[in-house]
Amino acid sequence: MFGLEKRDYTLLIIVACLTMFAPFILNPFPTDSAMAQFNAGYPDLMQRFVIFGIFAIGFNLLFGLTGYLSFGHAAFLGVGSYSAVWMYKLLGYNILPGLFLSVIVSAVFALLIGYISLRRSGIYFSILTLAFAQMMFSIAYSDLIGRFLGTTITNGETGLQVYNSDPQVLHSASKPDIPHLFGQQMQSTYSLDIAGWSFDFNTGYYLCALIMIAAFYIAIRIFRSPFGLMLRAIKTNQTRLNYTGLNTRPYALAVFVISGMYAGLAGGLMACMDPLAGAERMQWTASGEVVLMTILGGAGTLIGPVLGAGFIKYFENIFSKINDSILHQWFAFFPDGIEDAVVFMIHPFIGKGWHLTLGILFMLVVIFLPGGLVEGGQRIGKLLKRGKKSEDKGDGDAASTPAE
Amino acid sequence: MAILEVRGVNKRFGGLQALGDVNLSVEEGSVHAIIGPNGAGKSTLLNCLVGKLNPDSGSVNFDGQSVLGRSPHEINQMGISRVFQTPEIFGDLTVIENMLIPCYARRDGAFKLNPLTSMRKGGEMQTKAEAMLDDVNMLDKLHMQASSMSRGDKRRLEMAMCLVQEPRLLLLDEPTAGMARADTNNTIDLLKEIHAKRDITMAIIEHDMHVVFSLAQRITVLAQGTPLVEDTPENIKGHPKVKEAYLGETAE
Repeated sequence: MFGLEKRDYTLLIIVACLTMFAPFILNPFPTDSAMAQFNAGYPDLMQRFVIFGIFAIGFNLLFGLTGYLSFGHAAFLGVGSYSAVWMYKLLGYNILPGLFLSVIVSAVFALLIGYISLRRSGIYFSILTLAFAQMMFSIAYSDLIGRFLGTTITNGETGLQVYNSDPQVLHSASKPDIPHLFGQQMQSTYSLDIAGWSFDFNTGYYLCALIMIAAFYIAIRIFRSPFGLMLRAIKTNQTRLNYTGLNTRPYALAVFVISGMYAGLAGGLMACMDPLAGAERMQWTASGEVVLMTILGGAGTLIGPVLGAGFIKYFENIFSKINDSILHQWFAFFPDGIEDAVVFMIHPFIGKGWHLTLGILFMLVVIFLPGGLVEGGQRIGKLLKRGKKSEDKGDGDAASTPAE
Repeated sequence: MAILEVRGVNKRFGGLQALGDVNLSVEEGSVHAIIGPNGAGKSTLLNCLVGKLNPDSGSVNFDGQSVLGRSPHEINQMGISRVFQTPEIFGDLTVIENMLIPCYARRDGAFKLNPLTSMRKGGEMQTKAEAMLDDVNMLDKLHMQASSMSRGDKRRLEMAMCLVQEPRLLLLDEPTAGMARADTNNTIDLLKEIHAKRDITMAIIEHDMHVVFSLAQRITVLAQGTPLVEDTPENIKGHPKVKEAYLGETAE
């Protein structure tokens, strides 16, 4: 169905179900329980899950397929955000023109940066993309172009936002003063209270989720197309590809642009959830984050980047919220001295120290599961299968096709 | 009629004259071997034919068209395929995926943006690729990862990848280098069979005299960047100049 093989179709259905029922899945604990702080089902965080999911899916098309490690993908994220906010300023709060422009503008930037950066490969390519991203960050942060032209383009450190004095030619009094899609406000949330649980259904989240499912579907199609085959061939042997009559450069450039458009779309969606665009979105740490997400989840696999994005965003938001007083609550059953000692030991790994936890987890994954979380899943799957097999005393080797 | 015409080709690397005034013509439908001792310029000549190197002077015409200044992929699209000394295949991909790439390259040209078309099983390209694999007896390895195969199989796969493109000229760079005698004989049989069946022009660079004499219809002997003689295998065998180049008889 939809031109997909059965296995990919199943995967698409799983992703669709997970995102559609995310408000339930991410809120497993009753609101008043002590475990409630592990709930991730609030709109703001759920939006970030899927937006960074889109970002990582796009990044994986480039890195996972061709092996070209871009270290400046956040530049496109920032460009997408700025484009969307400019559409709010000029046209009005409907998000469609903004999303459209963010994809187009990031494609143009990706074409320029990719055209130059793809002249080199390996580490030199990474450095070139990093240099471009840092230049764009500096330009945005000091609003260099804006000052040169005597106007504002990025509004420097303050960040770009909508003011009352902006033209907003399509805006009228009947329309909401916040981002909306034909009147449907992105911020509107419906809370469903059942017994002790509270589930939030947010318009913005569902919009992002639908877009992510579409983005995921397109990614599957690219993976399974002759175009995707050529991209994987670039990763394994460019010499053979050249001597087989194929020009590698346009293939790499095309996927660089596609990947940039995914990033731009993610940036545009960020501005849809919160009508602001700041230069910090383009900083190299943001570029590094998407690399981490993709590798952690499993580069070159379909579902990996989505898992990686969810994993990192979850830890960023949940671990950073835990503080010493919460720890004291947890370990209150210990005698006083031991309680303090345990809290002292765990203290560096929580709150602001969540990066430390993430670093350790990242190391563990890279050392023991080089294929990322997806490989972990496959190993568990294999173990279960083997367990079943030995029970049935059935023989025959399972054709080990990598599940993606 | 000569399908490949090399006229007065010179190539210099710094102080080294790698190729000096090389003339060569390969007849359509023939098997032409280029032999010579180490450092004779065989590989340099081959690299000049496929666009990896550009000669300092001279002309290289394939089927009446110059190949000079063109990149490897353009030259391949003109109808020249190359088999490397150490097999160049797509190690991370499966055998069938390896085969599909040249099929698509022949059908779609050097670049086609088709990210949303699906590669269906049993499609036209798939049938073509499988038929070729059947020809080289590799149908049982369809879903094997290419890098996990033996060296002989890799070589066969590479040849199949070149042949499925139906090239007009197949260039082979020491196709039996580092092979055991039995494998070498298998390769000779395979090449003979290919030549008989498909009528492809082949140019072979080779060290192994056994291979050369059992395959080639014409032989060019290179020494120190210049062709010494060009003749049939029978005449080359006893040729004094060839002995001299290989054994250095004049030195005694």
